[in-house]
Amino acid sequence: MSSPPSAQAWDLPRVGARPSFPAYVAEVWRRRDFIVTMARFRMRAGLESNRLGIAWVVLRPILNACIYGLIFGLLQAGNRPPDYPAYVVVGVFLFEFFQGCFNDGSKAISGNRNLVQSLAFPRMTLPLAATVERFLQFLIMLVVLIPILMVFGHFPSWHWLVMIPLVACFTLFNAGIALITARLTVHVADLTQLLPFISRILFYTSGVLFAVDRILANHPAVLRAYDFYPLYQVLEIARHHLIGGSDYPSYYWGVLALSSILVFFGGAVFFWRAEERYGRD
Amino acid sequence: MDATEPRVPVVVVDDLHVKYRVFASGKAAGNARSGLLNMTRGIREVHALKGVSFTAYENETIGVIGSNGSGKSTLMRALTGLTPPAAGAVYARSRPNLLGVGAALLPNLSGSRNIVLGGLAMGFTREEVETLKGDIAAFAELGDSIDLPMRTYSSGMQARLKFSIASARSHDILIVDEALAVGDKRFRKRSEARIRELATEAGTIFLVSHSMSSIRDTCDRTIWINQGVLQMDGPTDEVVTAYEGVRR
Repeated sequence: MSSPPSAQAWDLPRVGARPSFPAYVAEVWRRRDFIVTMARFRMRAGLESNRLGIAWVVLRPILNACIYGLIFGLLQAGNRPPDYPAYVVVGVFLFEFFQGCFNDGSKAISGNRNLVQSLAFPRMTLPLAATVERFLQFLIMLVVLIPILMVFGHFPSWHWLVMIPLVACFTLFNAGIALITARLTVHVADLTQLLPFISRILFYTSGVLFAVDRILANHPAVLRAYDFYPLYQVLEIARHHLIGGSDYPSYYWGVLALSSILVFFGGAVFFWRAEERYGRD
Repeated sequence: MDATEPRVPVVVVDDLHVKYRVFASGKAAGNARSGLLNMTRGIREVHALKGVSFTAYENETIGVIGSNGSGKSTLMRALTGLTPPAAGAVYARSRPNLLGVGAALLPNLSGSRNIVLGGLAMGFTREEVETLKGDIAAFAELGDSIDLPMRTYSSGMQARLKFSIASARSHDILIVDEALAVGDKRFRKRSEARIRELATEAGTIFLVSHSMSSIRDTCDRTIWINQGVLQMDGPTDEVVTAYEGVRR
């Protein structure tokens, strides 16, 4: 696109032009206060509208774990993994973080139309704020997880520190997912209807509720695919160190770290490429 | 206008087209049969701006007039870059800022939290926001309502708060979209005063209004948009007279 003569002569930049990726990232970094403040405000506002407030952050996954644990515990009968209650609680609590980022990310742009249309700022801050909000909730859930696991006879040990690098990878992965769903729903509004199903498919397939190697023992090819399923890697690593679940091959860490970095940077570039598109009706 | 002094272009609008895609059948409701398999169903394109071009120079105050739905607000939003053009482009020395009237920013958050977030989004640092917060809240005159969620505000209160947030910073290129009609009489007076204050700081101002008297008072040049095309561009007196002649 060539500028008209006087715009060229006076060296006027095009309005709303997407900055280069490094410049864009610098611009996002400059708004880090906005990201964190938005996450904190939204979390508080969401909780203030309920009588039980912050308790819901924990109550929701606990209720989920109870219902799913009961139903799938009965259905699986003998195929249940050992220590089933703790198995399900760890799975449901961790998956809740992923699901939250997946869902809130998809609404980060499409649900904030007024904000996007009235102020100019790098849009990437919105899905990132959604991720930070979910991260803060996840930290609360992790604190509550400690007494719950103690009830089931698992006491804190040095092994639990593995959760620090694990949560770091997981957060990076989820932020990337939020960036991807944020752009997708802008392009295809119909996806808003479809995404809950996708997140449910991931919930049922990632081994939140059953031991994959027991249920799928007759399908070695499918089992092989699970070795490269980051959500499964997160759950397996967490369960092994928190509740002494079955051991995992050490390359699971490589798969998880690599896919987290890929999803995060891939998601960031994917989101940035449509920066000029956000806000259009 | 002094012809010998070279005029500095600040905003160049070059053959600007804006299209909206709307998912709506556009037919009478009873006529919407057999649509499910038809994949193009309901995607209608509204061609809101059809090739608008003009150049705005430094220190100009430009009035923008036109009937409802003529594309004035679309043009202004395209100037800020908030609405991407379908073809053509807008070039500007710095990003034009819109002082507009609209719905709440984040409806579930209180007014004071909206102030903080709006300020941070505009690029203020946390310290700057802390010092500005009081002024913005005082200017919006919301009293105790400042702590209530913004969705509980009346449209006048929302408009006042938005105006106060957006006008907290001085702008090089400023667009005022019907803001002169914001709120009650008292607030209108104060917002007009604030706009004049900003106008002395700003390099170039666009004023979108239906009030011909305020256009005549403040603008030396006026642009008339009609059905997405630039109908007329010239000295305010001529354009407004022609516009009023058609409207009558």
